[in-house]
Amino acid sequence: MFDNLSQRLDAVFKKLKGYGKLSEENIQEGIREVRLALLEADVNYIVVKDFVARIRERAVGQEVMDSLTPAQQVIKIVHEELVKLLGRHNQNLNLAGRQPAVILLVGLQGSGKTTTAAKIARWLRTRGRKPYLSPADVYRPAAIEQLKTLGAQLNIDVFPSDPSFSPVEIARRSVAKAEASGHDTVILDTAGRLHIDEELMTELKDIKAAVDPQEILLVADSMTGQDAVNIAKEFDRDLSITGVVLTKLEGDARGGAALSIQTVTGRPIKLVGIGEKLDALESFHPDRIANRILGMGDVLTLIEKAQDTVDRKKALELQKKLKKDTFTLEDFRDQLRQIRKMGSLEQILSMIPGLNKMKQLKGLAPDEKELIQVEAIINSMTPAERRNYTIINASRRRRIAKGSGTTVQDVNKLLKNFATMNKMLKKMRKSNFKQFPKGLLPF
Amino acid sequence: MKRWIRKISGQDQDLETGLSEEDSQETVTEKGAAPEHQAAQAPRYGLFKRLKEQMGRTRGGFIRQMDELLTGRREIDRGLLDELEEILVMADMGVGTVQEILDRLRSEVKRHEIDDPEALRNKLKEHILDLLEVPAEPLEWEPAPFVVLVVGVNGVGKTTTIAKLAYLLREQGRKVMLVAADTFRAAAVEQLETWGSRLDVPVFKQRTGTDPSAVAYDGMDAAKNRNMDVVIVDTAGRLHTKVNLMEELKKINRVISQKIPDAPHEILLVLDATTGQNAISQAKLFNEATGVTGIALTKLDGTAKGGIVVSIAHDLGIPIRFIGIGEKMEDLRPFDAREFVEAIFSS
Repeated sequence: MFDNLSQRLDAVFKKLKGYGKLSEENIQEGIREVRLALLEADVNYIVVKDFVARIRERAVGQEVMDSLTPAQQVIKIVHEELVKLLGRHNQNLNLAGRQPAVILLVGLQGSGKTTTAAKIARWLRTRGRKPYLSPADVYRPAAIEQLKTLGAQLNIDVFPSDPSFSPVEIARRSVAKAEASGHDTVILDTAGRLHIDEELMTELKDIKAAVDPQEILLVADSMTGQDAVNIAKEFDRDLSITGVVLTKLEGDARGGAALSIQTVTGRPIKLVGIGEKLDALESFHPDRIANRILGMGDVLTLIEKAQDTVDRKKALELQKKLKKDTFTLEDFRDQLRQIRKMGSLEQILSMIPGLNKMKQLKGLAPDEKELIQVEAIINSMTPAERRNYTIINASRRRRIAKGSGTTVQDVNKLLKNFATMNKMLKKMRKSNFKQFPKGLLPF
Repeated sequence: MKRWIRKISGQDQDLETGLSEEDSQETVTEKGAAPEHQAAQAPRYGLFKRLKEQMGRTRGGFIRQMDELLTGRREIDRGLLDELEEILVMADMGVGTVQEILDRLRSEVKRHEIDDPEALRNKLKEHILDLLEVPAEPLEWEPAPFVVLVVGVNGVGKTTTIAKLAYLLREQGRKVMLVAADTFRAAAVEQLETWGSRLDVPVFKQRTGTDPSAVAYDGMDAAKNRNMDVVIVDTAGRLHTKVNLMEELKKINRVISQKIPDAPHEILLVLDATTGQNAISQAKLFNEATGVTGIALTKLDGTAKGGIVVSIAHDLGIPIRFIGIGEKMEDLRPFDAREFVEAIFSS
């Protein structure tokens, strides 16, 4: 996500860095390009205008001109202003007060409310709460069925709604049912609606009045264009939303909506959806996202993920190996297993500083099915082969392919990828690793 | 079921037209006679009026801003053009497309082809129309079975569009079948089935979790056996950046053409009009994967922006086949660039 914006800004900064000493003209030109990059990223026009004005004011002043590294100064200013746009702090869900707590999800059609409802339920359960799902979308064919299916997949209870109930009735009864059955959080999924549809907005107000939710979250598609701001404003005006969940961030959305909504409504983005799977939900950290946009990676999120899943002792061992150039296929297999626990490879790679800029990595990340295949191939090797892949000749390849039920081409592909990866690691060892504080390496 | 229908029509008075229970029963018993009658009655004027009404938000958005900008002005200066640029960008028209339009306008101002705001408005309308018109073969829905593969990212309205398209074709007296090849999303098959039974259109399905290509493959056989005129294949929503999912789509495509040569005859990409510039990226990547032959742009009534239409037609050169302008069944309509421009520019 944010890749396009990130690349555009990177190009602007590279140019600035090339100048050594910056003239006012250089800076003005840079700012013009930043403006264009933001507009193409669907950041709201008015937001861009303010943003650019603030950067211009700060960048053209003495702060930058007198500095020894003026380009770095400009990047720092852009970073700070980006964080301001995104909201300063991470905001958690606030479920204090009367229990069961109620989370009401609202949004346009197709923004991803139902999937998000299931994801939030799962997310809360891993944080020790007892969620209860309540499908109140009685309009879209099979919407209730969808949430019931997702609930069954997660093994989370779902209120037995029926399209013949009214949404307000469903809301009220599911809260009562949740309380009686010992659940502490009700997640209410509502029908998608246009922010201009008065009748349906009234229905939401009625639900709000009936169950007094602690959180009213607007679920918004991160690919939304200039209208994102209006949509958020109107939902906020009618319902006083408490926060935003941005969905589909794993695509190549340039994040304009993310950058605009917070500024215009003042409502924080609390969660982001980053994949189709039900565990693909993250809390939103403005500074980390700003880092990602500026191509600085997001080591913190990666570390948190790693801490959740990775065996510490193994991690330390691996860190040593990575630094010492003794990374073998065996280690690679261990990594695959760990990584599969952490999320998709693509997501993980995008969080590593510098990696999102490396073109070679694009398309190198295998998909999940491939991971299983890769593991099978490695399993079919002898320990000696795993330790030193260069000994794997044609006849060994045939044997490995046979043993793992794959083809020689698959084995070749794996070995080639592994060789490329080793090359990349070598490259990282020379440059980026130095920037890593000790012990911070996430693997 | 009855109360469910009541809710639907409560939400929007729409579904009486073809969707209320009585109507769908009628089509079961009278087999298509009623709908044809209905279609014949709908006057062209009414259609344009509806389009105008439903595009009211776009008109109230950027066209109104533009008119406010232009009224009272005598001459065209740089400031005015800059403000116009701002308005067009805000309408999601895309920086590149806007630059192109403005370049044209600027040189016309220079050559004194535009001297006053009124002329500017007319020229702008002309340029937008020019960018919107993409030369393309019209959809003939032949030879039978004519296969339409519907693709798009998650949540753009593929299934609803398919339902509306099926309605449209059924009204024209064609035999339509739907193939539920979204075997990934929970309850997607049920959603399509519900539409099928409401529209009295057969739905070919297999279990959720089946390989979508297999469903498509068997669906083609079913369509041939039942002598269908048009088969519409629903696929799972997928982000265009997911390489493996795009591969899956290619496979579905291949499998269909194995069964029926030259099929799918139309690969319809569904785009959400509230999407910003990302729509371009979606269209590009879907096009690379499958060779998109037409676009259906949904939810145009919900956005004050709508400018993305221009960007898409111009940047990609893929014809916009249909636009979705509301929740009524008739609100999916063939796209006519001239009519569209007239509707948003009329006051």
